[in-house]
Amino acid sequence: MRDVPENPARDRARRGADGLTMGDADIHRRDFLKMGAGAAGALVLGFRVPVRGQESRGPDPSVFAPNAWLQITPDDRVIVFVEKPELGQGSRTYTPMMIAEELEVEWSAIRVEQAPTVPSIYGHLRTGSSGGVTTMYTSMRRVGAQAREMLLTAAAQRWNVPRTDCYAERSAVVHRPSRRQLRYGELAEAASRLPVINADAVALKQPQNFRFIGKNLPRTDVPDKVDGRAVFGVDVRVPGMVFAVIARCPFVDGRRLVSCDAAAAKATLGVRAVFAVPALPRHLNTAGGVAVVADSTWAAIQGRKALVLEWDKSGSASTDESTAGLRQRMAQQTAGPPTFVAADRGDALEALADVVKRVDATYESPFQAHATMEPMNTTVHVRDGEIEVWSPTQFADEVQSEIAALSGLPRDNVIVHMTLSGGSFGRRYQWDYAAEAWQVAREVKRPVQLLWTREDDMQHDFYRPYNYQRLAGGFDVRGELVAWSTRVVTTPIAGSNVYNEIAESPQALKDPGVVAALEWYGADVAPYAMPNFRLDYAPVDSPVHRSWWRSVSSSYTPFAKESFVDELAYASGRDPLRFRMELLAGDSPDTVRVRKVLQVAADQSRWGRTLPKRHGLGIACRWGQSCSAQVAEVFVDEEGAVHVLRIVSAVDCGIAVNPDGVRAMTEGAINFALTAVLTGEITIRDGAVEQSNFDDYRVLRINDAPEVDVHIVPSVEHPAGVGELGAMLVAPAVANAVFAATGVRVRRLPIDPSSLKPS
Amino acid sequence: MSHFTVTVNDRQCGVDVAPDTPLLWVLRDTLGLLGTKYGCGKGLCGACTVHLDGESRRSCQIPVASVGEKKITTIEGLSSDRSHPVQQAWIAEQVPQCGYCQSGQIMQAAAFLVKNPHPTPEQIDQAMRGNICRCATYQRIRRAIARVAAPTA
Repeated sequence: MRDVPENPARDRARRGADGLTMGDADIHRRDFLKMGAGAAGALVLGFRVPVRGQESRGPDPSVFAPNAWLQITPDDRVIVFVEKPELGQGSRTYTPMMIAEELEVEWSAIRVEQAPTVPSIYGHLRTGSSGGVTTMYTSMRRVGAQAREMLLTAAAQRWNVPRTDCYAERSAVVHRPSRRQLRYGELAEAASRLPVINADAVALKQPQNFRFIGKNLPRTDVPDKVDGRAVFGVDVRVPGMVFAVIARCPFVDGRRLVSCDAAAAKATLGVRAVFAVPALPRHLNTAGGVAVVADSTWAAIQGRKALVLEWDKSGSASTDESTAGLRQRMAQQTAGPPTFVAADRGDALEALADVVKRVDATYESPFQAHATMEPMNTTVHVRDGEIEVWSPTQFADEVQSEIAALSGLPRDNVIVHMTLSGGSFGRRYQWDYAAEAWQVAREVKRPVQLLWTREDDMQHDFYRPYNYQRLAGGFDVRGELVAWSTRVVTTPIAGSNVYNEIAESPQALKDPGVVAALEWYGADVAPYAMPNFRLDYAPVDSPVHRSWWRSVSSSYTPFAKESFVDELAYASGRDPLRFRMELLAGDSPDTVRVRKVLQVAADQSRWGRTLPKRHGLGIACRWGQSCSAQVAEVFVDEEGAVHVLRIVSAVDCGIAVNPDGVRAMTEGAINFALTAVLTGEITIRDGAVEQSNFDDYRVLRINDAPEVDVHIVPSVEHPAGVGELGAMLVAPAVANAVFAATGVRVRRLPIDPSSLKPS
Repeated sequence: MSHFTVTVNDRQCGVDVAPDTPLLWVLRDTLGLLGTKYGCGKGLCGACTVHLDGESRRSCQIPVASVGEKKITTIEGLSSDRSHPVQQAWIAEQVPQCGYCQSGQIMQAAAFLVKNPHPTPEQIDQAMRGNICRCATYQRIRRAIARVAAPTA
C-alpha cells in the first residue's frame, strides 16, 4: 500500500503549512475494494471479515494485512483502521484496545487511521445509540486474534517447531522451549503469504487474562488535540478551494424567495459567485437560500451580509408558528385518544378510577439545540464523474449514498472522507449540511467548503423534540402503588427526518416499532413492580425539524418518570430511595442491577444526611443495557437560582473497556444535559427560531459545572454503551433535589428561578 | 485589500486582506494556522483564543488592522513539541473529548497561569468561564490547571 495512489486527489486534503495529511489520505482505496471482492463468500458468522484476496497481494507483500482493520509492517508498526467516527467518544482508542488485546502487541506500536468510506467492507461507518463499544467488542477482538494466530503459524513454520510450543507476547512470537523470539515485523511478510484463517474459529481470551481491556489507557487522539494538529471538518484544505456560506430561509415552515438583490454582495471584496440554492425535500430537510462563494470564509460572510432578500410570507399556508401555539396543541393532546398504546399491563385506567389516593402531574421539556462547538460544515469537490467529500459526520455511509442519489452517480464514485468531528451529540446523524455543500460545489468547478456560522447552526438545527408527559399514579387502601399511566406527547422525529433505511412514509409513521424507539423509549416503568400500567402516545405536528439529541427520548422520559416516582414517594410518606428499592423488590437480574447502582449512588453521596437550609439531594435511576443511578446535590439561592454542587453517578455498563473513558463520557454527558435543565431552550416566534448564538442559547460554562463523581460497578458482562447514559438522569436528579431543598416541584424545563424564590 | 505585516509565533508574515478581517480568519484562511478555531464569531465561546503580547484575546473580535506590532501566539506557537506545562497537564488529565475547543481552552489557561500561577478553584472558574466546552470537560480542565499550579501535588 505504499505505491503512488491512482487518484492523487485523495492526497490533497493536507494541512496548510506543515503538510500534515488527513488520517486516511494515503489509503489506497482500490485495494480495499479488491479486498471486498475477495471477501465474497468469506462472510463469517455475524461479522464480516473481508479477507485478503489473491489479487490484493499486489501493493506490498511485506505488509501483513489479514483483514481490513489491521496492517503490520516490517518495521513493527501496527496500523489500525477505525471505521467508527471519532466524535470525542473514544472510538480511536477503544478499537485499537480491543484489537491489541488479542493481538498481544505493545500499545506504543499502534497507529490509528480512519477507515475509508467503503460500506461493502466496513459495516459500521456510523455511530449512534451509544453502540460503538457494544457492537465492536467481539468483532475487533477477532480481528486481533486472527492476525495473532497467523503470526504464530508463520513463526512455527520458520523455526520448524510445533505451533503449540509458541505463544505471542508483546509484539513477538516466543518459542517456549528455546526462548527464541521473532518480532511481528520480522514475521509480517511470511504471515502475509499464509492462507487467511477463519476469525470466528479462533478462541478469544478470557477477561481475567486481559492486559488492555479494563485498564485506563490514554486516548490516541489526545496529543493532536492539545497542539492544534487535529483535523476537523473545517480544517480540510484542498488546493484551489473556495469558501461558501448560505443565506437560508429563516422561517421554519419554508417560504419562497421572492426577491434577491445581490449587487452589493457580488461587489464585496473576495466574493466570486452568488446563486440560489433550492430547498431540498423533506427527507433531506434543507432550508434553501442564496449561496455566497468567496476566496475566504470572512469574505463569504461579508458578502452574505450585503444580500437583500425577501421571503414570501403570504404564500405560506400555515399561520406563523410559535412556541406558544405549539404548547397549546401539545397540551390538548395530553387528553383524548392516543395514536398508539405502547404498553398495557393489567388495567391501569380502571384501577386509577378505583384508587384511594391518586397523584397527577404533567411535565414539559422544550426544543433543545445540539450546538456542537464545531458548526456544521462540509467540503466537496465535484469532478467529471466523481465527487469527493470531506465531512465531519457520524454517518459517513449515509452521506455517501445521499450524495450519490442527489448527483445520480454510482455510489463508488462518491469518495467520502470522515474527518474528526467537533462534537455531535446526534446532530451529525443528519446529512443536510453535506447535501447543501454538494449543491454549492456542483455550481463551482472547484473544491468548496461550506461553513455554517454559529447563527446558521443554532437556527437550522434539528432540535430535540418538544414533549409533554402526563402521568397518573394511584395507591390502594393498604398504601401500595397499584396503578400508573403515562401519556407521552411529542413532535416526533419520525415525522421530521429519518434516514433512508427508515423511510419517511405514512406507513412507517403508523408503525409503533419505528416511532417507539424515537419518542417514548424510557417511559416504561419496568422493572418497577406495577400491577396495572399503561403507556400511550400521541404526536403533534410541527414544521420545526427534529432529530436525535444525546440519549434521544431517554433525555426526557426519565425526567417525567423519575420525578413522578419522587412525587409518589412523598405522597405516600416514604423516602425516595427506600420507595424505589421497594418497587424494585425481587430477584430478577434487572432489579438486582438497578438496586445495586442505587445503593452505590446513595452510599457515595451519603444519602439521608442532614443538609444546610435550601440544600437538597435528589435521586434517579435507569434500567437498560447500561444501568445507572445519580444523586444530585443542589443549593437554591434566595433569587431562586439553582446551583448544582455535585453529581454522584453509579454506572453498570458491563465490562468497562476503558474505565477512564467511561468516566469521561459520564462526566461530559451529565454536564451536557445540565444545559437543558438550567438554561437551554429553543423557542419559535413569528415563524422563526428566536435564538442565534451563545448569548441567547446559554450553555453550561465551567463556573456552573458541578463536580461529577463516577463509580463504575464491576462486571464481567458484555460491554454496553455509556455515551448517552449520563445525560438521561440529570434532569430528574436535579429536579428532585430542588424539591428536597425548596418544596417546589419542577415540572417544566429549563428550571424557572422565579418559581423558586422563597415566598 | 490592504497589506499588513503581523508577527505570528515569532515569524513576520505579510498578508493582503480587507482591513476589517478578524485575526481569526487571517490565521486560518490566509496563514493556514488551523489550530485556532471558529466557534461563534462574537467573542462568546473562546474557541478562537490566542495571545496578543501574552494576553489571551478572542481572535474573532480583533480586526487585523488593529494588531499592529503586537506579537501573536497561537496554539501552534505555544510549544513546538507539546512540552508546554499546560499541554502536558492536558494530556496527563486526558482533558479533550472532541477537542475542538481545546486550543482556545489551553491558550486561555496558559495566559492565566502566567498572571496567576497559584489560583484558587474560584479563580480558575472565573478565568475559564468565557471558554465553552460542549463535551463539558470542565472538571478535567480544572484538574489540569490545578496540576500546573501545583506540579508536585
